[in-house]
Amino acid sequence: MGDGSVEHSHGHHMDPAVEYSSSKLGMWLFLGTEILLFGGLFAAYAIFRAKYPEMFFEQHVELNKKMGAVNTCILIFSSLTMAMGVSAMQRGKQKVTAILILITILCGLGFGVVKYFEYSAKFHHHIYPDTSIFFSLYFLMTGLHMLHVFIGLAILAVLFVLTLKGKFTAKYNTPVEVGGLYWHLVDLIWIYLFPLLYLIG
Amino acid sequence: MSTHSHAEEHHITSNKTYIVVWAALMVMTAITVYVSYINFGTFNIVIALVVASIKASIVALYFMHLKFEDSITWVFALFPLSLLALLIGMTITDTFTRTIVP
Amino acid sequence: MANHTIAHNVYVPFLEKKGILSWILTTDHKRIGILYLISISFFFLVAGVFALLLRYELLTPASDFVQPHTYNVLFTLHGSIMVFFFIVPGLAASFGNFLIPLMIGAPDVAFPKLNLGSYWIYLLGTVIVLIALAKPADTGWTFYTPYSATTDTDVVLITLGVFVLGFSSILTGLNFIVTIHKMRAPGMTWHRLPLFIWASYATAVLQLLATPVVGITLLLLITERTLGVGFFDPAKGGDPVLFQNFFWFYSHPAVYIMIIPAMGVISEIIPVFARKPIFGYKAIAYSSLGIAFISFLVWAHHMFTSGISDIAATIFSFLTFLVAIPTAIKVFNWTATLYKGSIHLHSAMLYALAFVFLFTIGGLTGLFLGALAADIHLHDTYFVVAHMHYVMIGGTVMGFFGALHFWYPKWFGRMFNETVAKIAWFFIFIGFNVTFFPQFFLGVQGMPRRYATYPAEFESLMSLSTYGSWILGAGIIIMTVNLIAGLINGEKAPQNPYGSLSLEWQVPSPPPLENFEEIPHVTDWSYGYGKKK
Repeated sequence: MGDGSVEHSHGHHMDPAVEYSSSKLGMWLFLGTEILLFGGLFAAYAIFRAKYPEMFFEQHVELNKKMGAVNTCILIFSSLTMAMGVSAMQRGKQKVTAILILITILCGLGFGVVKYFEYSAKFHHHIYPDTSIFFSLYFLMTGLHMLHVFIGLAILAVLFVLTLKGKFTAKYNTPVEVGGLYWHLVDLIWIYLFPLLYLIG
Repeated sequence: MSTHSHAEEHHITSNKTYIVVWAALMVMTAITVYVSYINFGTFNIVIALVVASIKASIVALYFMHLKFEDSITWVFALFPLSLLALLIGMTITDTFTRTIVP
Repeated sequence: MANHTIAHNVYVPFLEKKGILSWILTTDHKRIGILYLISISFFFLVAGVFALLLRYELLTPASDFVQPHTYNVLFTLHGSIMVFFFIVPGLAASFGNFLIPLMIGAPDVAFPKLNLGSYWIYLLGTVIVLIALAKPADTGWTFYTPYSATTDTDVVLITLGVFVLGFSSILTGLNFIVTIHKMRAPGMTWHRLPLFIWASYATAVLQLLATPVVGITLLLLITERTLGVGFFDPAKGGDPVLFQNFFWFYSHPAVYIMIIPAMGVISEIIPVFARKPIFGYKAIAYSSLGIAFISFLVWAHHMFTSGISDIAATIFSFLTFLVAIPTAIKVFNWTATLYKGSIHLHSAMLYALAFVFLFTIGGLTGLFLGALAADIHLHDTYFVVAHMHYVMIGGTVMGFFGALHFWYPKWFGRMFNETVAKIAWFFIFIGFNVTFFPQFFLGVQGMPRRYATYPAEFESLMSLSTYGSWILGAGIIIMTVNLIAGLINGEKAPQNPYGSLSLEWQVPSPPPLENFEEIPHVTDWSYGYGKKK
């Protein structure tokens, strides 16, 4: 072993195709850990939902269903623009990509604003994370999700600047695609949080 | 599903597909919100979770291009879900089969 | 694709560059491995000192050396530091980093910068925990609620530190999985991979997918103490046992994060010094994955006396026995590899043999604890302590020491004194058994763990155990001094002192900066010993 013929030599830098598929696999792995990070909260939700159905029914009506629905629409739309942004970059359209990423960022910010009003309304009604198990779940689940929105926004901001600087092309756009995957995860988790918290009673 | 071949193995999904997917997501969101106003008892949960899972699947398959990924990506996309099911399933099994000693 | 004809015959060892920046900003997996190796060894020695202090208190039945509260703090620090700072990152982060790219024929890991980031996150975690030492927790390393939610010691900071360490572990695991998938040299098929790589892969999967659950669990504990969340508080409708369910969902797989890399090390050492092809390559390879998978299914066997339901306990007890199958497969195959081999008792081989012997004891006593009825009697006694240390020291630490002695010449380009190494091994082996074997008897007789005092009837076995800890400590000091002395004035190491066939031995010692002048083309597995000469 190791004494066979040498096929090719390649130095320090990775082959672009390998780098591309490595980065994508790496991000999928990371998304797996994210799902399990939320997993503890989902498990807690399942247990306490089954244990205290009345509490969940009585208290979930305190949440603003309309605001939740609006935020769902905002996030789904931002996922659409993100996906289109990735495709545009793969076609080499830098300007279109930049605009689409910008729209995605604005959606993310909009989501944050709506959430801010929701949280303030709760605090105004003296509802805090220690009010009840249900509101503990509400605040922790949406809070952890909000944290991911912020991280996603930071990633998108970097992608936006780099796109404007012309760092990405039809040939090299791995960061856009991988950053996009992360943003979709934010949407993916909200797709579950919305019905679990706002709708099921 | 239109794919333009250019760089190796790149699938570029058309904007038309994305918009169809988006419309489907919006319709399903509307359905869940609408259903939540009707009382089906336990079925409300079932409906909400089934719809959410369909939404999540199409986000993963199309927006996240899972449909075009290799098998190892599929493994690492699905295996965490089975662990999540295990975590929830076994903790619930424990919690709700305990004998309460007075 | 760069043409490297100019670079031919210019050998720059990776240790060549000097200066602190060349270390703290390095993205070279071999240097990052050394950073981890130094860090984990440091914490191993620190936590080892705590262990000696604990044993010293237990020399006599009364609490005459430290107060009970101090004792509680000491075992908390011993456990937390050993688990989260030494043994979890342990072999995977140090030797995993050093060996994975070399063994698969790659210039580095898939994400070198992320690799450095993992190390920095690890350091950040250690700093947080060191700050937490101002008011050290007394909860034990498991941070069980409700006590951890109510004690007035600083639980928040230490759990936050562990949370941060978890991220380091996740990112390391992620990096290794992608590296093993994407960076293998041409011809390095899955079934030609060294078994250490299979073990590292299984470990990495556990790091990646089990750690986030303990992350959220500790986060919930922190919110319990800071925001008044009540998931684990019965007064607020919560359930303290839920904490244990979540905690062990990670911490049982974590046990395998600790042991599987050591199994990989043993699978590398034994065939080299038995001069025989490894017996049952595929069985060993897939049993690593099997152990990793089953490890997710057994967590509640830590909780048989915590008030979990009988049904759950029965299921988990049954599933626990399944782990014995892939583990036993490995032991049988190692033994079969030794059979009729021409065995050379190098110090690394001595550690490997100690591993097989001690791990077998540790594993078999684990079955006692997995059996529901027996566990009711043995739970939270010294039997558990003994079992756990037989697996963790007898297993992982022996594997770690074995790896240290085995790859030392490759990593540092120097040789250590083999005779002294054997003497140190002798002290460690004897000391370990004298320390922990009596604890099986103590446990069966009902001596509970985590007490600073004990009834006089246990004094003879307890003090014997303490004397053993001194022998063990002496052995570790001799070993440490010997290895450090080797760095300073050891002979220059040859490229391949043991005639190993694995890829990392086909490059100079220490390896060049870019590992391979030319990426090798692999044509065979690395265990073809004694076949053709």
